[in-house]
Amino acid sequence: MNLSQIVQYGLAGITVGSIYAITAIGFNIIYATTGVINFAQGEFLIVGAMTAISLSRIAPLPVAILGAVLITTVLGGLIEIVFIRPVKHASVLRLIVITIGLSILIREAMLHVWDEKVRSLPYFTGTPVSTVTILGAHISPQILWVLGVSAVIVVALTLFFRFTRTGRAMRACSDDRMAARLCGINDRWMVTLSFMLSAGIGAFAGCVISPVTQTQYDMGAPLAIKGFTVAIVGGLGNSMGAVAAGLFLGLLEALVMSQFATAYKDVVAIVVLLLILIFRPSGLFTRSDVSALRTV
Amino acid sequence: MMRLRIYYPVIAGVLVIVTLHLVLAAADATYYMTQITMSAYYALVVIGLCLLMGYAGQISLGHAGFFAIGGYTVAVLTTYNLATHRSAPLVARCHSLGLLVEWQDLYGREILSFSPWVAFGAALLLTAIIALVIGMPVIRLKGHYLAMATLGFGLIVYRIALGTPILGQADGISNVPPFPLFDGLQVNGRAPFRVQNYYIAWTVVLTAVVLSLNLVHSRVGRALRSIHENEEAAHSLGVNTYRYKLAVFILSALFAAIGGALLTHYNGSVGPSEATVMKSVRYVAVVAVGGMANLWGVLLMGVLLNFLSLRGVFGTFDDAVFGGILIGMMILAPQGLLRASGVRAIVSRLAGRSHG
Amino acid sequence: MDNVLLATKNLHRSFGGVHAVCDVTFNVPPGAIKAVIGPNGAGKTTLFNLIAGTLTPHQGEVLFRGRRITGRKPHAVAAMGIARTFQTTKLFGHMTVLENVMVGRHARTRSGFIAGMLNLPWTWREDRQTRDKAMAILENLDLTSYAPETASNLPFGRQRLVEFARALATEPTLLLLDEPAAGLNIYETQELAELIQRIRDRGITCLIVEHDMSLVMNISDEVVVLDQGKQIAEGPPAAIQRNPDVIRIYLGDDHA
Repeated sequence: MNLSQIVQYGLAGITVGSIYAITAIGFNIIYATTGVINFAQGEFLIVGAMTAISLSRIAPLPVAILGAVLITTVLGGLIEIVFIRPVKHASVLRLIVITIGLSILIREAMLHVWDEKVRSLPYFTGTPVSTVTILGAHISPQILWVLGVSAVIVVALTLFFRFTRTGRAMRACSDDRMAARLCGINDRWMVTLSFMLSAGIGAFAGCVISPVTQTQYDMGAPLAIKGFTVAIVGGLGNSMGAVAAGLFLGLLEALVMSQFATAYKDVVAIVVLLLILIFRPSGLFTRSDVSALRTV
Repeated sequence: MMRLRIYYPVIAGVLVIVTLHLVLAAADATYYMTQITMSAYYALVVIGLCLLMGYAGQISLGHAGFFAIGGYTVAVLTTYNLATHRSAPLVARCHSLGLLVEWQDLYGREILSFSPWVAFGAALLLTAIIALVIGMPVIRLKGHYLAMATLGFGLIVYRIALGTPILGQADGISNVPPFPLFDGLQVNGRAPFRVQNYYIAWTVVLTAVVLSLNLVHSRVGRALRSIHENEEAAHSLGVNTYRYKLAVFILSALFAAIGGALLTHYNGSVGPSEATVMKSVRYVAVVAVGGMANLWGVLLMGVLLNFLSLRGVFGTFDDAVFGGILIGMMILAPQGLLRASGVRAIVSRLAGRSHG
Repeated sequence: MDNVLLATKNLHRSFGGVHAVCDVTFNVPPGAIKAVIGPNGAGKTTLFNLIAGTLTPHQGEVLFRGRRITGRKPHAVAAMGIARTFQTTKLFGHMTVLENVMVGRHARTRSGFIAGMLNLPWTWREDRQTRDKAMAILENLDLTSYAPETASNLPFGRQRLVEFARALATEPTLLLLDEPAAGLNIYETQELAELIQRIRDRGITCLIVEHDMSLVMNISDEVVVLDQGKQIAEGPPAAIQRNPDVIRIYLGDDHA
């Protein structure tokens, strides 16, 4: 492979990888506050994208995206209020099973609302064939959008958790829920907020990647698996680790795709997942760094 | 000895099964038996899963994968035609050992393949090994790690089934011969064998239930329940929690594989749709609604829900129904539908105890 | 070997920089009642966890009957003859009291998966023996009437007793009791003291973590004092009571 091909595959890998990272961060946020792995995380991306696609027919693109993000955020909150909160004294396992059921319901609802056709959002800038040249490789400007949006999300979250009162309250909740409650923090609201936050960033990520990968109603589950893999590899709760792990997985998939058939692309993530579970379930980047996202 | 009361529902079950047959025969509707038979084999999976989830307290999102391994192994071994390699030393050796059979398929072709008994044994062995390999590293971790690992495992099985030529890819494998048991009995889905297979399936299922009942009421069953109640305490009392959880995982995988193997012989075919995540989720949903640790409840729900699904009662909302059941059960009645107050009195009377 | 049943040597365990247990060394002679006391956070439960196998020490050894058991898993430690109770009652809530105690017999019985599934006749005898032995223990502790009750329905004091019975069912040589008097009133504590002495008289050595000083001083033969993970003192109760270091960690400097 020559340089431009490497750059091509590399950027493709980083692009997809950053979406995995955002999904993983979504997992981390909910996991940190509740200890629950939200199996429906992947669906948030798809719901966001699908909603934006529908809205974009009646509104300009930025408005459609904003609307979709807001709607999905609210959906995330509703899900928590209706399905998670009423379950008293639930074991973590029971809650996980609930999120599994939720992911199915959301997916089936999407099927009935939008049918099984493949759709996509229009490219944010330019056309499907416009390109930008970097190091000899021709890439779509959408890739730059993906990287940019992902970076913005990560930075915004870091600032949020470190510097805002709500963000610190959420971190307190994830460290010790009872203690946080005793300090006057409304921990139940923090849980709802964590779901809303995860849904929101998921929706945003889903929108920005939609022109590149297309969107179909059942893409949520594979995305959730990969997001979870990345979350585990990076260390559950460690969002800097999630970013690194996401990029790693994206690049690995790109490598496999460049050398072998595309069909096995999805298998890469699963194999990585099994390997990490077997050898290093605490993740590659165990929480020794004190970054602001540590507890997220 | 042993509390004979726990076997009363078995007898009741036998009566229900026979009665059902007679009723259907009288109504000239024995074709329903086909779907009931299929539902029975699917129920085998949930019985094993019930032991895993209800008693060992572990969750598996990949049991459809084990079902598929059972089905595909017997399918491949009994349909792969070795006739052209007849003279190869390995093949000749197998033949002389009686491992191979010759038969004619639907199209009159001469097939030389492994005997269904050999294939069955191979399926069980393979399942046990795979379950061991997956379970060993993951079982010692927290519950959701096993959930994810089994989910990943199920996905890999699905991908392999979908993508491998020898496994028929999207079409799966068909022309799977019947499984001759003994005395003229065979696992065969064709009409003349319908009644016979109805009873074969139920015999297998009830045997599995009896074995499970025995296990649950034994020292091991107590240990499993203690692990589920409080693993740390159980461990401190001498229960090797890791080994027991792993053993139950493998046992439940074997139950699933047996169901898959037999159903494949019954249907004469197997396809990648048996290995999907949705199938795995269904099994979990059935265990949830049957009452995690309630063997009879799980069996009943397993047969009922699968039967309804096979008859198409849920229409395009098939998956949604199971997803909804899962959520509903977890939120409202984690002990299962049949534990709800009024029903519980009847059921516990039948089962004689709380862990029927 | 003969005069030391349990020995800990330079036991060390930390959690992320905090030294929970630091260089703890003491012996427990057979047939003794030995107490481990110290203010909250002294590392007493961690010590128990290190002995029972729930945690692995970062340094040091645990010897039982002269053999190294450091880092052995809890179920193996139980099979060797060390039983324990917990600070917060860890009963099997949905199982009956009798079943709870029967689980205690696990390490002394054999029937496994295959025998269980096939319901082999020899398992019937073993099961009957398990049941009889469990009932005998319950009788000893005056819990017979509670046998068929669901464990979580019992009053708190009785639940503690059931946990005792369960631990005794393992036929231990050494019994680790983690704050057995927690939550008990004066009368129950007195009964507890008598119970522990009865247990010792039957040949079971007891190592007790406790806050209740009257219990400790009345029935212990020896006492070990921990403070913030370190061993401060060791000796007979009377000597400990007069030890200025011990007084200081409990009451502060003025009273030493």
